[in-house]
Amino acid sequence: MIRGKKDFWAGLIYMFFGFGAMILARDYPMGTAVKMGPSYFPTILGGILVFIGILSLIRSFIQGGTPISGITLRGMAMVALSTVLFGLLARRAGLIVALPLLVLVSALGGKGMRWIPMLLLAAALTLFCALVFIKGLGIPLPIIGPWLGG
Amino acid sequence: MEFFEHLSIGFQAALTWWNLFYCLIGVFIGTLIGVLPGLGPTATIAMLLPITFTLPPVSALIMLAGIYYGSQYGGSTTSILVNLPGEAASVVTTLDGYQMARQGRAGVALTAAAIGSFFAGTFATLLIALAAPLLAEVALKFGPAEYFSLMVLGLVAATVLARGSLLHAIGMVVLGLLLGLVGTDVNSGTQRFTFDLPQLADGIGFVVVAMGMFGLAEITRNLEQEETRSAMAKITSLLPTKEDWKRMIAPILRGTAIGSAVGILPGSGSILGSFAAYSIEKKVSKNSAQFGKGAIEGVAAPESANNAGAQTSFIPMLTLGIPSNPVMALMIGAMIIQGIQPGPSVINEQPALFWGVVVSMWIGNFFLVILNLPLIGIWVRMIMVPYKYLYPAILTFCCIGVFSLKNAEADVFLMALFGVLGYLLSKLDCEPAPMLLAFILGPLMEEYLRRALLLSRGNPYVFLQRPISAVLLGLAVLAMLAVLLPSFRKTREEAFTEE
Repeated sequence: MIRGKKDFWAGLIYMFFGFGAMILARDYPMGTAVKMGPSYFPTILGGILVFIGILSLIRSFIQGGTPISGITLRGMAMVALSTVLFGLLARRAGLIVALPLLVLVSALGGKGMRWIPMLLLAAALTLFCALVFIKGLGIPLPIIGPWLGG
Repeated sequence: MEFFEHLSIGFQAALTWWNLFYCLIGVFIGTLIGVLPGLGPTATIAMLLPITFTLPPVSALIMLAGIYYGSQYGGSTTSILVNLPGEAASVVTTLDGYQMARQGRAGVALTAAAIGSFFAGTFATLLIALAAPLLAEVALKFGPAEYFSLMVLGLVAATVLARGSLLHAIGMVVLGLLLGLVGTDVNSGTQRFTFDLPQLADGIGFVVVAMGMFGLAEITRNLEQEETRSAMAKITSLLPTKEDWKRMIAPILRGTAIGSAVGILPGSGSILGSFAAYSIEKKVSKNSAQFGKGAIEGVAAPESANNAGAQTSFIPMLTLGIPSNPVMALMIGAMIIQGIQPGPSVINEQPALFWGVVVSMWIGNFFLVILNLPLIGIWVRMIMVPYKYLYPAILTFCCIGVFSLKNAEADVFLMALFGVLGYLLSKLDCEPAPMLLAFILGPLMEEYLRRALLLSRGNPYVFLQRPISAVLLGLAVLAMLAVLLPSFRKTREEAFTEE
């Protein structure tokens, strides 16, 4: 029976990264302790991480912990999705599309989203960023992107 | 005297109109983000880093430093007035600060925090001015073996001093070290963990990781609950009574000392300092029964400690070029961007920069006192901005900031990825700070390890044969052993759970 849920999942995450590093590092030359190859350090670190993961797993069966509470999958998804959308659209469609989408999609991650104030916020932020970051600081993003004929 | 000579170089550099202006901007932004919950100095400095490209190095560092210690001031305001810590380091201030506010003594609590912070800031500035040249002198003798051992000590200390489970702190350090290896291996040119993506050939930028794990993850954490704000306390008199003054002095002195000492250590910096100062004050104070019910000592001590710690954490960064917390790592990034290699030589090669930044800290603390108390009305209004309008704006600045680093969309995607990873890990009580520290130190450690072994012709005992290196490693071992002592573990747990 799993008693410490946090230890259990953290242990799995460590083992995932640890094993991943060790497996990927097999493709690189190992070298020796004196002349370390690119594989040496990551293999050792991966091994340590797997070991820590195992310890964490063992502890999760022995020791109870506080339950994992309040994860907001919706919040997490919307924050990540809006960021990715911005990355995809900024160069192609331009700031005028990417930024309002970023604001509105991320706003869906919260509770009690109201459209009118959010649209106003999106418009104000787009104007601010276009003036300050693009015109002012010269960040190479189009305001109106090639997709919109800009 | 050399000391005054140094300070006069500093004043000359810091007292130009432009640098005063950037100092003011820095502490203003710092207070602002300190007041706003859900936006910390790490994410803010990461966001503003690209903008500092255009500034002269002194101005850039003065402004960024101001943001960091300014945020410590701002964080206390929300703790006291609405029971909501603006910064992690101000969590303990809510305990007595908000109680004082409920008793109609919000103004006195704010004044106690401001005076404590100012005293601590002044003391810490002097400490930097005195200690930094001595440390830099020692550090000039460091070879690769010493640097490697120092980083080992730093990472060990970061795990020992981190919050929560020790096992997870170590796990996060190792994970950070691994992630730091992504990219082209300097020695062999091998692409490690890049999945043949050219965007990863230069490795993962630490600003990207910092913004993901501190910016995006923090936003997501704040979305978990519906916003609830405690009733705003009214501010009446700002002036402490004679009795208050008497009770404030000793806690401020103790808080400053504890904060200064803890700030130099790698790890949680100002956070640990404020927790430690509060619990120690609670133990030694005559009025310990009043703690949690509005004791002025419970505001003065942690607020002095967090400001002192925020400033002394500059010492290892300025003298050794080694960051003690994620904010300092970003400072190092800012210096490298400006073409300055951080390390012990900075103090001699760039005296105007070094002393200018040190002196600006004192000026900045002065600004904070005269800014904060009169402007309290503005900060109060800032607190009232609902988070649901704030976070899309924060996210916007994160996205544009991270894009502008290298004008690369890939960094935006990576930031989203680290946001998700950081959020999930934080839900499992795995702290991001030790990971980010290890992420930055990882490639450096590997490099120094290689160089040390090359110089010693492969003799691994070189780390023990060189005295400074041996002492540093010995300290690391001691720190590890200390954790195994049950009494130390108990203290460590207590230091962070003061509720």
